[in-house]
Formats: sequence, structure tokens, C-alpha cells
Amino acid sequence: MDLRRKLELLADAAKYDASCASSGTERRDSRGGGLGSTEGMGICHAHTPDGRCISLLKVLLTNACVYDCAYCINRASSNVPRARFTVRELVNLTLDFYRRNYIEGLFLSSGIIRSPDYTMERIVEVARLLREEHGFRGYIHLKTIPDAAPELLAEAGRHADRLSINVELPEAHSLKTLAPEKDAPGIRRAMARMRERIAAAQEAKRTERRAPAPRFAPAGQSTQMIIGADAADDAAVLRSSATLYASYGLKRVYYSAYSPIPDASRLLPPAPPPLVREHRLYQADWLLRFYGFELEEILAGGEGGMLDLGVDPKLAWALKHRGEFPVDVNRAPREALLRVPGLGAKTVERLLAARRHGAIRAADLARLKLSLPKLLPFLITADHRPRGGVLDSAGLRRLVAPETGFLRAVQPRQLSLL
Amino acid sequence: MITVVLPGPADFPAWRQQARRLLQAGIPPEQVEWCVAGEAPGLFGGTPPPRAEGPPVVVPRAFLPRAEIAIRHRDPARFALLYRLLWRLTHGERHLLEAATDPDILRLEAMEKAVQREAHKLHAFIRFRAVNLPTRSPAGEAGRHGPAMPDPSARSAEGNAWTAQSAGPGTSARSQEDEAWRLESARAAAAGRPPEDGAWRREFAGADATTPSPEDDTWRHGSARADTATLSPEDSAPGHEPAKPDPDSPCYIAWFEPEHHILEAEAGFFIRRFAALRWSILTPTASAHWDGETLTMGPGSTRAEAPPEDAHEELWRAYYASIFNPARLKPAAMRAQMPVRYWKNLPEAREIPRLMAEARSREAAMVARGASPPAPRRQRPLHLRPAPDVATDMPADLFAATEDPATALRALREELERRNDLPPWAAQATQLVFGEGPPGAPLLFVGEQPGDEEDLAGKPFVGPAGRLFDKALLEAGVERPQTYVTNAVKHFKFKPTGRRRLHQSPDAGDIAYYRPFLKREVELVGPQLVVTLGATALRAMTGKPLPIGKNRGAVMTSPDGIRLFPTVHPSYLLRLPDAESKTREYARFVGELKAARREVA
Repeated sequence: MDLRRKLELLADAAKYDASCASSGTERRDSRGGGLGSTEGMGICHAHTPDGRCISLLKVLLTNACVYDCAYCINRASSNVPRARFTVRELVNLTLDFYRRNYIEGLFLSSGIIRSPDYTMERIVEVARLLREEHGFRGYIHLKTIPDAAPELLAEAGRHADRLSINVELPEAHSLKTLAPEKDAPGIRRAMARMRERIAAAQEAKRTERRAPAPRFAPAGQSTQMIIGADAADDAAVLRSSATLYASYGLKRVYYSAYSPIPDASRLLPPAPPPLVREHRLYQADWLLRFYGFELEEILAGGEGGMLDLGVDPKLAWALKHRGEFPVDVNRAPREALLRVPGLGAKTVERLLAARRHGAIRAADLARLKLSLPKLLPFLITADHRPRGGVLDSAGLRRLVAPETGFLRAVQPRQLSLL
Repeated sequence: MITVVLPGPADFPAWRQQARRLLQAGIPPEQVEWCVAGEAPGLFGGTPPPRAEGPPVVVPRAFLPRAEIAIRHRDPARFALLYRLLWRLTHGERHLLEAATDPDILRLEAMEKAVQREAHKLHAFIRFRAVNLPTRSPAGEAGRHGPAMPDPSARSAEGNAWTAQSAGPGTSARSQEDEAWRLESARAAAAGRPPEDGAWRREFAGADATTPSPEDDTWRHGSARADTATLSPEDSAPGHEPAKPDPDSPCYIAWFEPEHHILEAEAGFFIRRFAALRWSILTPTASAHWDGETLTMGPGSTRAEAPPEDAHEELWRAYYASIFNPARLKPAAMRAQMPVRYWKNLPEAREIPRLMAEARSREAAMVARGASPPAPRRQRPLHLRPAPDVATDMPADLFAATEDPATALRALREELERRNDLPPWAAQATQLVFGEGPPGAPLLFVGEQPGDEEDLAGKPFVGPAGRLFDKALLEAGVERPQTYVTNAVKHFKFKPTGRRRLHQSPDAGDIAYYRPFLKREVELVGPQLVVTLGATALRAMTGKPLPIGKNRGAVMTSPDGIRLFPTVHPSYLLRLPDAESKTREYARFVGELKAARREVA
């Protein structure tokens, strides 16, 4: 099989992993030798028509796999053609792409072949060659195999910027059904071990100024959950990610709407969940982490454990808590402004700075390119008060979130399984 | 009307120097017209700026770096806007930069954002093509160096000091006058002058007698300093000496059409990234060339001068097409991040129309094909044994005495690990945290439940309370390896809050659930004395909610006839607010541990 065909098969097999970040690692560059740099901010080198970015060369080492996870295109019982990169091929491909500025680095995952240790060893070998033989300073993200030996994990952490293990499904019992060989407690234990090592390396870097600290995944760990492949509702998904963030210090939980794969398993729904569900989950995730919302508050915006697909979760919350509004943009504390639908974290900071130099009027909001029809029902400015009754009117939702063609198209078509 | 002619389209030092003079001469913004040498002259053709001297000028610290970015914007009004801002800042509007809704500030922000965005797109969308130089120039013009190897003498003949050593953002060659200013201001600094009006200010110094504040100095030299490579331990490893590019290695050449004047400022990014490669970036208005040691800025170029195609682009397009998921089509999201105007220089973009056209039918085909029958499995997991029909290693009977307590304890642990009737919150925990210690230990300690660190490590008493407990044990003369340590509840009960887990006390139901397992664990270890730490442990051992204060420090007997010795939990000592009660209570705790030790001696 030629290199091009291998690349096609092994990229095709890797695309269901949503993670693409190349940010948050240490700063380094090639002026002391080697090739490449990382400067904190990630760079998306291209975008594909599915709306996702290409930051890293995201491939599998091989798509042969002994596991039989129903949602996965590479499962043992799937009929896809199989391919495998040699370690050298992959190293050279990464370097050639990098020198032409196509990518920020490598995201390497693999099907499990022979044993977890054997597979992890091959993955680590690619990273080791890149770092040690070619002085590669770009970004490396390695998938970690939960059952691999601790020494392999340590070496992976030494070469990689980020490590990740996918929890795949929000609830352990659906993992048991759909991915019988995967072991949810084993995944959690591996994440716990990674958190301990990442924290130890950070601590050593802080305290031991003279001796070089042992490096371990400076950009931390992340994980991914597939949405819509099982019957779990948004409450279960968000509860699971809140636990993961709190327990293992994850940098990100990626939500990946289950999308139909060629050669699907009988256990799966044939049609995908609406893509907007994934989008709403990301919004909710942000509200939890950066806007001071509690999980129960976000869920209260929806119905029966599902988020409102028609409006974003902050607006959904506001529509059900109209008593908290209107908020005075010139007096309210930061926390209250952050809860106003349509005001983002950056805008809130700008408003807080601006109001120190004079009262904010509606025209000032317009100058900040904010949408007045959506904001004004919730805000008091120096020259505006929402008309009496507007907040209590039944038409408020239509007023602030007119149904566009797009939203009508994505109206709930929730699927359930099993 | 005064006309100021700047030597280059983004020459910040020159603008700064002229603005300083205008300001010192008290010339308001309405009377100044700015233009760039070589571009269309102004309508009025006014007089050159005066060489006036006036009082030193001070501006907020944040202004200069922001102006230096905004000046790269292509808007011809940028120089005037910056001078107007400067004027307003020095004429009664000191806090102007914080007025987020002021039209001039909004324009400044918009320009900064546009410049930074374009810089980011430059980093992202440059596509280098490898060519073999210097044997042949890529444009094929005989008798002339290719764009990668411009003739430096030709550049300096134009009177432009473009050659900059290892330039990062803002380290282009400064004008000689600027250099002179730096020397003079250093002299003034030596003469000594009190720092100006707090740390928020930065000198916007005139050519005479002003003192740069320390921040100012940092700013002026900061970018230069950032360019001296800091060698990390990795860098100095053998085999990683800064390597000069091999003269036979290929040259990497890219063509890009930036919207703003950013190339020189952003060349540093590519130097840091590709220090050991030879590369050139060609744009319509300027070009940058790196030979492994020196950056040379050259004149603009044309697309025809860039190499036409690179063999790896076919592989890259194959990757681009394969990583795309036809089942999720979001072209608007793509265009927002990768606007169409960049497409013509992106080799992968020619795939986009085909991918989009085929996406719907490919998705429909996948859905229509439906589930397919499983392939016969080609590989069997070596490490996963199939589950036997009948378990070959049955756990030891939990409630019968066994010969070997260690085996029975292991069986008890495995039993608890595979229970499917655990309290619902236990599924949040990482793992079961079972007791630890030798069977037959004379002292058995029971705590409340594992905490954050115990949950991660899978071992009891290894967190902050555990460390305090270890210290107290040591002082009481008890060796922890000789004792058995466990918890009443064996999973971590918590509430996730952001990046932390908030401990939640186990309730009566939780304690009752784990009680039979704890009882069995105690039986198998068979200690002479069970020390209960805190109220949960005492309740688990007695089955009753008993107050610690009244029962601590003395031996009592549990309803099952086990000798108990209640004391406080070490986390109670950590929670005490003041140092005095901490010391007192800690001493009391150590005293009680000693008493417990004497009970089994």
C-alpha cells in the first residue's frame, strides 16, 4: 500500500476524535537547534467544511484493533480496510508537513494491536524519535492506553505536550454495552495517575529552579465523550464532565456528536443527533467553567434533563428566571452581568472598565457591537428601562430569539437507543 | 497645515519621533497630515514639521505597545488616529484608554484586532514550498539570485537599513536619531530624577533631558532581549547545537497576501519556528528572507516568483479530504475561520467544492447502507481472557472464617469492588479505597472516608489529614506500617465545584451500607484495639450516633464486644481556626494516640 493510501485510511479512521488543541504548553523554539516552536497560543492551520480545524496531523498508527466498540469505525468486527504506518513513515510525514507549515504537530492515536503495552510502545516510539532524533519542538498529543505499563506512561508524558484518554460515553453501563472490552474504572484510574504525575511535574518546575524538572505533559490531559450514541441525556453528560473536571484537572472535555460511520454496528442509531446538541453542550460547559453557573441552574433552563436546543443555555436560564432581571449595567456586580444573555466575559470586563468613566447608555452598547433587541429587555442603562411587562410577557422568547430557518431545522429530533 | 512624511508604512519609531516633536510644538491633530514616502502626497502639500523643543511628554504605559500594533494597519488614517489619541491623552483625557465606548478607542481596538488577526492568519496559512537552491533560482531567471537570496548591497543602496539581526517583533533597525535619544536619556537618568506619577505611566520622551522610567527602559529593550535565545536544558543537550542549514538543503518559499503591514513584525515567529531552515516569505509589498543566520527584508514580489507546486501538497490534500467528516457539514463555520480570500493561496482549498458537493450523498449512503454484518474477527485480544462460564476462582466465603486472613481480606476487597448496589454517588469516585496494613496488627484505625488524594492514589490516609496523622503517630511512638488503617466509608463522596471536589459527609445510609464490610474487615485483621477517628467511624463501629467529646480518650466496648478507643479525626485539627487551639488540640490528639498505644502494649 502506498503512503498516500495509508494516510487516507488512517486519517479517515482518526477523524472521529474531536480534540484538536495545540495550545497551553510550555514555550520553546528552534533557535537553540531542532525544528519547530510552541508559543502558548494554538494555531489552526486549516478548516474543513465540517467546521472543524486542522491544527495537528491527526492519524492513527494503525486502524487494526482487537476491541469491538460499537460506535467505532475501527472496531474488530468492522469491514474497513486496515493499514499501518511504520514508525519511520509517520516521523517523516510529520516533519515534512511541519516544515511546510501545514500543521502544529502530531496527534497520534492507535487501534489496540496485540496488547496495550505493545501498542503504547509503538506510539511512544514515534514521539521519542521526533523529539530525540529530530529535535522536534512542535506540539505532540498522544492518546494513552489505560492499561499500558506505568513506565510507558511516564515516557509518553516526557515527550508529549498533552495526553488524553477518552471516556467515550458518559455512563459506565452504556460503555459496558457498546464497548465491552473497555473498562470505565480502569480509565478513571489511569486519569487519576496522569493527574498525579502532571501535578508533580508542575510542582517540581515551580520549586526546583536549578535541576531540570522531569517533564510530564505540560499541556495537561483532556478527554472526549460521544453524544447521541447512547440514551444518556444532557444532565448525565454534564454531570459526568463536571465530575471529570473536578476530579482529574482536565483541560477540556470534548463533546463529539455521534455521526454515522460507514459500516455501522447494529447497536447504534442509524441517524445522527442534531449537531446543535453538541453546540449547546459546549455552551453549557463554558457556563459551568467560566460564568459561575451551577449544574442544576443550567439544567433548570431545559426540560427533563435535556438542554433547550432552540436557545443557548444562558438565555434558557434567563427566560426561566425573569425575576433576576432587569440588571443595571451601571451598578450590577460582575457576577450578575455575566448572567445577562448576550454579554460575554470579555464584554463584561469592558463594561466594568467603561462605567468607571461615565454612565453607560444604550448607544454605548450598540457601539460595542452588541445586539440591542436581545439585550435591552434584560438591562437597565442610563437612558433605558425595559418597558413594564416586557420581561413577563409570553412573547419574550420570540423577541430575543426569533426562530430562524436554521433553528427550525434543528428542532428537537432526539433519538434514543436500546 | 503640516505634512509629515514617514519612511515606511509601519515605521513606528519614525512616527513616534515625529509625534513627539509635534506634541512639543503644541500642534493640534487637525493641522497635521501624515503620509508615507513614495505614496501619493497630500492635497495641500503643507510645510514640514517644526524642530521645536518643549516640555517632556508622558503617556499611559499601555499606549505605546498598542500604537505599535495599530500602526501596521493598512488604513491611511492610522497615523492621524494615533496622533489624535496622543493629543487627547496629553490634553486632559489621561484615562481615555479605559473609555471602552469612545469612538477613537473603538477604532484603535478594531485596528489592533485586525492586525493581530491577520498576523495569526499569516502564522496559520503560510504554505511553504520546498525548492532546491542555490543551484537554480525558483523563478528560473539566470544571472540573478532567487528571492531567497537577495543581494544585500542592492538593498542598502536604496538607503534602507533593512538588515536586522535576528529580528523579532519590533526589532527592526531603529533610526539613528532614536539611538541618540536613548544615549541622551540614559545620561539624564544618571543625573537622577524622581519617578513620574506612579507606575502606570511611561515616558514619551523628547530629545532633551527626560528620564525614562524603568518600565520604559524595559519596553525599549524588551523585544531585543527576548530575541537572545534562552537555552533550556534540552537545548544544550548534545546533538542539538544550533545547526546552520546545509547549503544543499532545500529552500522553503511561501507567497502570501497580507491585508496589513505585518510581515516584518511577524518574521520573528518564523525565525523561532524554522531557525535551521532557509526560507523566504514573499508578499506584494515586501519580502522576508532567512538564511539560517540573518533576516533580510526585501521589496515586494509577484506570485509568479513563488514556486508553483510542492510534491507534498498532494499528500496534504489527501489528508485534508480524509480528515473531513461528510456527516457534519458546517461551511459557515469554516468560512468564518478561513475566509474565502485566503483560499487562492492554500493548496488544500481546491478540494473544498468537491468535498461539499459530495458530502450529503456520502452521508445518505452511509445511513442507507445501515448496519452491516460483523466481519469475522481477525485479531483476538491476547490480554483479554474470555470470561469463563463458571468462575474458576470463587471468592472466599465472606462470612466464614478462613485459614488465611490476607486471602480473605483480598476477597472482601474484590467483592466490594464489583458490587452493583453501591450508593449512587460512589460511581463518581475513581476507585475503592480499602484498608491497608498487616493482618493481625494490634492497632486498627478507622477514619471517615477517602478524600481527594486518597481517591486518586487508592490508598487510605495519604492526603493532608493523612500526613498530619502520620506525624502524630510518629510522635506517639506508633509505627504506621505495624498498624492497620481503614475508613468507615470506602468511596470518596464529593460535590464537583469547578476544578475542585468538595468533600461531602457520608450520611446514615452510607455508613450503614459499608458497615458489614467494615465489621468483616475488623474481624479479619483481629486487632487488640480499634481506634475510631471522628464521629463517622464511631458511629460505624457502634451503630449509634455518639458524641465524640464525651467518649474520647477512653476505652469502650462496642455492641459486638470489640474494644474501641474513640478520638477526633485529624482533619478536625486542620480545620481549627487559630494556631493556639491547633497546638493544644494536636497535643491532646498525640496524647490520646499514646494512651491507645499503652492499651495494647
